[in-house]
Amino acid sequence: MAVEGIGARALRKEDKRFITGKGRYTDDMTMPGMGHAAFVRSPHAHAKVKGIDASAALEMPGVDAVLTGDQLVGDGIGNLICGWMIHSKDGSPMKMGGWRALEPEIVRHVGQAVAVVVADTQAQARDAADAVIVDYEELPAVIDPLAALESGAPQIHPEAEGNLIYDWEIGDEAATNAAFEKAAHVTRMEIHNNRLVPNAMEPRAALAGYDAAEEHYTLYTTSQNPHVARLVLSAFYNVAPENKLRVIAPDVGGGFGSKIYIYPEEMVCLWASKRVGRPVKWVSDRTEAFLTDAHGRDHRSEAELALDADNKILGLRVKTIANLGAYMSLFSSSVPTYLYATLLSGQYDIPAIHANVKTVYTNTTPVDAYRGAGRPEATYLLERIMETAAREVGLSPAEFRRKNFIRTFPHQTPVIMCYDAGDYDATLDAALKAADYDGFAARKAEAASRGKLRGIGLSCYIEACGIAPSAAVGSLGAGVGLWESAEVRVNPVGSIEVLTGSHSHGQGHETTFAQLISERFGLDTSAVSIVHGDTDKVQFGMGTYGSRSGAVGMSAIVKALDKVEAKAKKIAAHLMEASEGDIQIEGGELKVAGTDKKLTFTEVALAAYTAHNLPEGMEPGLKEGAFYDPTNFTFPAGTYVCEVEVDPDTGKTEVVNFVAADDFGNIINPMIVEGQVHGGITQGIGQALLENASYDENGQLLTASYMDYCMPRADDVPSYSLSTHVTACPGNPLGMKGCGEAGAIGSPPAVINAITDAIGDNSLSMPASPEKVWALYHAGVKQAAE
Amino acid sequence: MSKVSMVLNGKTVSADVEDRTLLVSFIRDVRGLTGTHVGCDTSQCGACVVHVDGKAVKSCSMLAVQADGAEVVTLEGIGTADSLHPVQAAFREHHGLQCGFCTPGMIMTAVDMINRYGAGNLDETTIRHELEGNICRCTGYHNIVKAIKAASDQMAGMAQAAE
Repeated sequence: MAVEGIGARALRKEDKRFITGKGRYTDDMTMPGMGHAAFVRSPHAHAKVKGIDASAALEMPGVDAVLTGDQLVGDGIGNLICGWMIHSKDGSPMKMGGWRALEPEIVRHVGQAVAVVVADTQAQARDAADAVIVDYEELPAVIDPLAALESGAPQIHPEAEGNLIYDWEIGDEAATNAAFEKAAHVTRMEIHNNRLVPNAMEPRAALAGYDAAEEHYTLYTTSQNPHVARLVLSAFYNVAPENKLRVIAPDVGGGFGSKIYIYPEEMVCLWASKRVGRPVKWVSDRTEAFLTDAHGRDHRSEAELALDADNKILGLRVKTIANLGAYMSLFSSSVPTYLYATLLSGQYDIPAIHANVKTVYTNTTPVDAYRGAGRPEATYLLERIMETAAREVGLSPAEFRRKNFIRTFPHQTPVIMCYDAGDYDATLDAALKAADYDGFAARKAEAASRGKLRGIGLSCYIEACGIAPSAAVGSLGAGVGLWESAEVRVNPVGSIEVLTGSHSHGQGHETTFAQLISERFGLDTSAVSIVHGDTDKVQFGMGTYGSRSGAVGMSAIVKALDKVEAKAKKIAAHLMEASEGDIQIEGGELKVAGTDKKLTFTEVALAAYTAHNLPEGMEPGLKEGAFYDPTNFTFPAGTYVCEVEVDPDTGKTEVVNFVAADDFGNIINPMIVEGQVHGGITQGIGQALLENASYDENGQLLTASYMDYCMPRADDVPSYSLSTHVTACPGNPLGMKGCGEAGAIGSPPAVINAITDAIGDNSLSMPASPEKVWALYHAGVKQAAE
Repeated sequence: MSKVSMVLNGKTVSADVEDRTLLVSFIRDVRGLTGTHVGCDTSQCGACVVHVDGKAVKSCSMLAVQADGAEVVTLEGIGTADSLHPVQAAFREHHGLQCGFCTPGMIMTAVDMINRYGAGNLDETTIRHELEGNICRCTGYHNIVKAIKAASDQMAGMAQAAE
């Protein structure tokens, strides 16, 4: 270890435990006397629960109990909630249907839990769950979101007539319509954003224990935000008061949004641990994960782009139907509204935008935020139609974008967001250069000589991260504030513990957060420990999602560091009989400027704790906390260029080159940032080429295992070419924008634009399976021949 | 119930287990070696890869009784924090892991890959093809491929130096 400050490619402090098998994930935890839970799940997409017969299961070896929804409701456990209120354009509130952790009356998607078995071993619990006999009366189900809105469709919740959750709009409809009336050219497209399953490699898990003497619960769980979990479990689900519930999210094996939410299973494990009188562990198997982890995306949109005679954009009109599945998950309502339609201006100066979004219930797994959350849907829509419009008017897609770029900041879009800083030309230029865009024609000709169709596609994305200013999101319906907290504890011998409300599930906070302290005080990073993920240690926090840990979480640390530094300087000035303003911190020492007087950081820390000689009236100790509430969203942006080769005989697409040029603002650790982009791009290529959650007409998820749902493997993707360009974010002390989601946001349209370029058909939809690509290409060839 | 004995990370261990006990359950639940992970239950993801008699095996797809008498090595058995295996060290050096959940299987697959091809004989295409049975959702494989290539080349150098 060494002093590794901001900008250093510091190797990760957390890695040694992971590479030696010493990670501590929820399934690795045990409690004395613990039993295992297995859930009884609906095989039907929509059915009445007429009765549950657990008699045979209760006779089986090792079984403690079979618990049902009636008991759960009887014990006063509350319904699951959606924490973001959206109002329809007519002013009416969204229609939230009741969601119980164990459903006693009507199941609404395949995999919904109706009972739980607790037994000595996992195998015994699963065997007994199979032996629970549930009497279902099947009801007609509706799977397709458009069909769900038709009159006469099966009604899923009594609260939501016609399965419509809300009918929401943003932007100026009249101004947008006027823009289209004077347009010289209008491009129209139907754009679908396919449903995905997040698939963190660690399945969700929970281990709950109840201490009857203390009336206190402990929950280990796979959470991106343990404090929010405790808050929701306490305030809404009535499991226990906050001071009687400790939630620990230890090492968590990936999240991508899917571990933000508080699901039925964690709640049931807590409740069951008290009911049964023993700790209860549940670990999802992969098919349970496919059936119950919140899915992502699933939009059907119609988009229109109006251009003037000079190919400047006049307006954008969008109609979107978003499928939220059978229930409203925790943040589901915000995803297709404020995280989606507010980004429809992209990097472009668009005078008028109007978007209408209808969200709908279907008999499918609930849908919520998945890496990018709304922003991939906006980017995909806009970047598909931008590329298509450029082709229609005969402009280079790069030049068409450049012609419409925003160049002055701050820039107020017609859809709420006020962009603070950016340089879209710089990232476009960097990407085009790295991709040798100008040399594409020669590569295309060379590929043609080998019988391959080569295509190139662009995507200029923008996203809103740093989520989010609390008052702003409060005014838009959020049920919580989205600040972050931090506490910096300097120990008497000068080592430092930083307690943060952010949560790392792969992002490397133990390293990057330590780099911040290392930079500030000139201390070795090994002298700094990052503490997170435990509600008994960290007072409160909002957790990690929306690329917020740097821009929001680290900003809170900076605020706490400011206070620690100020106090340390006061103490040093007092001890060295100098003026506080003359104290400089450098290389782990506090020095009096212009003299050779100095104290080590450790000496000052020790002085704070011995308290033998402190300034008059100063409290002992060196520990400070801070809350940071962002002043604005941050706006990472960049350009991605994808180059593909399509085999016309098989329709198979190979990504032969992928270039990313990103502006994430200031960067703490380039190595970790690059890793985030690599992973994000791969998820985006997965969405574009391979991944799709497919239901049959009865609501059976056909892709409920890795044998059916195609995850990107190492040989599906190339190595990537990355670069970054920095415009510092003016809104936070470190000038950071966030990098966690960009790859997944920017890459799908680049891939599809490349394939449509190769095959000459703009109507291609995701995932671009070989069958689909082959059929479109050959239909085009046939049509051209006729 | 069956009595199962094996040499696990160099130590002879035995236990009475249900016949249906998977090797991964024996390793994790009976022996408490939680470095081997279960990511899918269907032998697709590879988080559970261990070595059985020197070959990479998905331990979720093998019964513990099938490993009776075998020599089994898990991630905990190839190196320690103070003495890392070159593949472990390369994963750290090249940022070949993020959440760490797939990492045990990735490293055990990589060690097996280098054993089979011979150190220094791996190129990117081969590594990517060989990794088909291991899924990672975080890294996009970019740095995993780099780490394996670097480890393979480094081990070739070490072998040469030893000669």
